[in-house]
Amino acid sequence: MSSVFFQCFQALLMVLLAPLVAGFLSTVKARLQNRHGAGIMQPWRDIRKLFAKEVVLAEHASWIFRFTPYVVFTATVMAASVAPALLLHTPLSLTADVIALVALLALARFFLALAGMDIGTAFGGMGSSREMTFSALAEPAMLMSVLVLAIGAHSTNITTMVTHTLTTPLLIQPSIAFALAAMLMITIAETGRIPIDNPTTHLELTMIHEAMLLEYSGRHLALMEWASMVKLLLFATLIIDLFMPWGISSEASLIGVALALVIWLFKLMGLLIILAVFETSLAKLRLFEVPQYLGTAFVLSFLGLMIHYMLEVGV
Amino acid sequence: MSASFAQQIIDGMAALTLLISFALLAQHRMLSVLHWFAAQGLLLAATAAVVAYSSGEHELYISAIMTFLLKGLLLPWMLWRVIRKLHVHREVEPLMNSGLTVIIAITVTLFAFHIIQPIEVTSDLMTRNSMAIATACVLLSMLMMITRKKAITQVIGFLAVENSLFFAAIGATNGMPLVVEIGIAFDVLIAALIFGLFFFQIRNTFDSMEIDTLNASLIHKDEDE
Repeated sequence: MSSVFFQCFQALLMVLLAPLVAGFLSTVKARLQNRHGAGIMQPWRDIRKLFAKEVVLAEHASWIFRFTPYVVFTATVMAASVAPALLLHTPLSLTADVIALVALLALARFFLALAGMDIGTAFGGMGSSREMTFSALAEPAMLMSVLVLAIGAHSTNITTMVTHTLTTPLLIQPSIAFALAAMLMITIAETGRIPIDNPTTHLELTMIHEAMLLEYSGRHLALMEWASMVKLLLFATLIIDLFMPWGISSEASLIGVALALVIWLFKLMGLLIILAVFETSLAKLRLFEVPQYLGTAFVLSFLGLMIHYMLEVGV
Repeated sequence: MSASFAQQIIDGMAALTLLISFALLAQHRMLSVLHWFAAQGLLLAATAAVVAYSSGEHELYISAIMTFLLKGLLLPWMLWRVIRKLHVHREVEPLMNSGLTVIIAITVTLFAFHIIQPIEVTSDLMTRNSMAIATACVLLSMLMMITRKKAITQVIGFLAVENSLFFAAIGATNGMPLVVEIGIAFDVLIAALIFGLFFFQIRNTFDSMEIDTLNASLIHKDEDE
């Protein structure tokens, strides 16, 4: 009973916290750049404003265009709500399989790319083409880096993997360091952060994610933006779960979950600050260098896999 | 420091060595190749020091210091001077594009791991795991020698082979006898000096550092005779 309650609480928390996370990230970035920033609540204010606005549809928009924001939002929120953030064993934790999560995100991306092409503007098609090209490289790298941990735990289920990490003694494992480095690189690419894509840009030639959303307005745009914030939080949670799960609550008690929440928030803030420093200190990559960036992530995770076999399983 | 902790550190360093071998292959600029080469030398010295500390072989300290001075500082500095004097410090020109090279590199690493696995079981040194990685690094450095057009990057590849062999020696036998090691170190130093002289000679004679040009002029010469 109580675990059902905590599952719902966790899912709601992921969805409601996501705009705050995006706000926190942009505030930290602003402070690093000697600006004051718009405050942590700004993404919430934006979303509220967009929900109040009228939806303007292009003349040639088909049902796909109207349908997509709901699909993208639902798929992303579903993925985010099953990932264990606070409590290890929840009623839905059996479905928290990494491959299923990647598939849910791929579904969202598929519809996003379709919607980008649906209206027939040049920028939408360009954005879709870029998004698909890069995701074709990013997804195998992400799966490969998760596989490094999955092979150790003999499962792709996140709960099982977390339990495995918690129960094995702490060792220096180079393979996991490689997988973590790859995962961080993929996270930056997948959530459209700076060296790959600039989420605040409106300069046509450089944008990827924004280009597909150009034609959206009103509540559709609000849902799309919200979904991308949830995606950022989901990736951060995945990194915390897979690489530093210490502190997650294993029993459904109020004190345990409250403690887990505090620790999780601290880890989340740490990750976001690192991300902000990254974004501030790096310049955006040339578009043609992105495949090389993603290739590096793939090679890193593949090396992690081989080193795992050679150094840690071998004898 | 307990044995298993030392082993973990050595394993970590082995993993980093493999990473550096890949990085050497993937670089586009001559100077960054040199930086990674220097990093490889420094890492090698650190590994030798850790193995020396944990195995109690004091001779390894001397070879660690020698590695640090020679491969971490002196050789990169000499190569840097040559590069600056010859004005070749721009792009590395690989024969294949870097994606293909990296795919071949991964295959080569898999191959090395596959052939070393049965040998590994027979050893009971705490550094045995690094044998496979050292073998992979040797093959990767050879790959670097094959796939580069400029003579300087080929020489860096050659020196990287020597680094990997040294790593293999630490891993397989807790280091070679000190006399042998000093001998090899001086050989490498002299080789690097001679390579340096050769570079200038090659440039004076052929006006280019690219292997294709050298081959072309040699074949041409044969026809003349």
